[in-house]
Amino acid sequence: MSARDRLRPPVAATAGTLLPGFADPVLDAQSAFRAVLEAMARPGRVQRLPRPPAPPAPILPAAGAVLLALVDSATPVLTDAGAEAEAWLRFHAGCPLADGPAEADFLLATGTPPPLAALRAGTDEDPQLSATLILQVQALEEGSGWRLTGPGIEREHRLRVAGAPPGFIAERTANAALFPRGVDVILCAGDRVAALPRTTRIEEG
Amino acid sequence: MSEATTEQRRGWMGVLARAGAKGILPRLEGAPPLPPHSRLRGPEIGLTMLRGRAGGDGAPFNLGEMTVTRCAVRLEDGRVGHAYLAGRDMRGAELAAVLDAALQDPERRPGLMRAVVDPLAAEQAAAREASARKAAATRVRFLTMANMR
Repeated sequence: MSARDRLRPPVAATAGTLLPGFADPVLDAQSAFRAVLEAMARPGRVQRLPRPPAPPAPILPAAGAVLLALVDSATPVLTDAGAEAEAWLRFHAGCPLADGPAEADFLLATGTPPPLAALRAGTDEDPQLSATLILQVQALEEGSGWRLTGPGIEREHRLRVAGAPPGFIAERTANAALFPRGVDVILCAGDRVAALPRTTRIEEG
Repeated sequence: MSEATTEQRRGWMGVLARAGAKGILPRLEGAPPLPPHSRLRGPEIGLTMLRGRAGGDGAPFNLGEMTVTRCAVRLEDGRVGHAYLAGRDMRGAELAAVLDAALQDPERRPGLMRAVVDPLAAEQAAAREASARKAAATRVRFLTMANMR
């Protein structure tokens, strides 16, 4: 997408179906950012977003809040959520839409996500250029399920994820082998988020 | 009445943006009531870069930044109105956005055009003409010797 397209004001393309974003754009985006920061710093700990927006279906409130807090005109987004959701994101976050998984900085998966190997993993010199996958699942619960270890975790954190795509753990293990490159994952369910940074090791348990 | 063309919409958006709250509010007294709306974004104040063109080849350059206020609203029927105003006129931006949304409704448009937009457009045209006339009165004609023969 050219720089000219990014500057185009989102007027005509979004007629009729828009929903509001954050009630208070500054404070709500800050608290959403804080929740994502906590989630990333403590992988597997579930954070609740205090005041998420009400995005168009099928975007969940938590995923909408994470996107509005993190995405801007410099970060191409790819989503499978449909035209209404894309218009909502374009209007409130001002982000360009990526053409394919390899061009996207952020991906929102409401259904089956693209394979992690197809996403941008950064380079050894610039590992921060990797993509972040925002994955919507049915439920997140601490205390049972997957056994997480790695930086940010003293012994182990247990996270139960309902509705994770099949083969996700195997893909994550392959992704972890790329370190320092690799894809970070943010899990969203309802108004709750948990993060799986590229350094976190997952064992089924 | 059918859906408004882009040209029509551009016309009333410009008139409303130039009028601001000070111009719009008195006109609303005699107008049909505005529909209820919810705010999609703003009204919020920000900066926009003004670009100019200079030199023989017309290369663009950044002239400076100006303050703008923008607002987007949504009516209950799903119509979305936008407004961008110069300056810090939050009330005016919201009014202009609501009017933009309402004016897109073919049933509301004639009444609102008659009561709000047309009089404001006439006012602005008159003001522009008055200042053009004032400026024209001070025009100096420089004549060269060749013309004075």
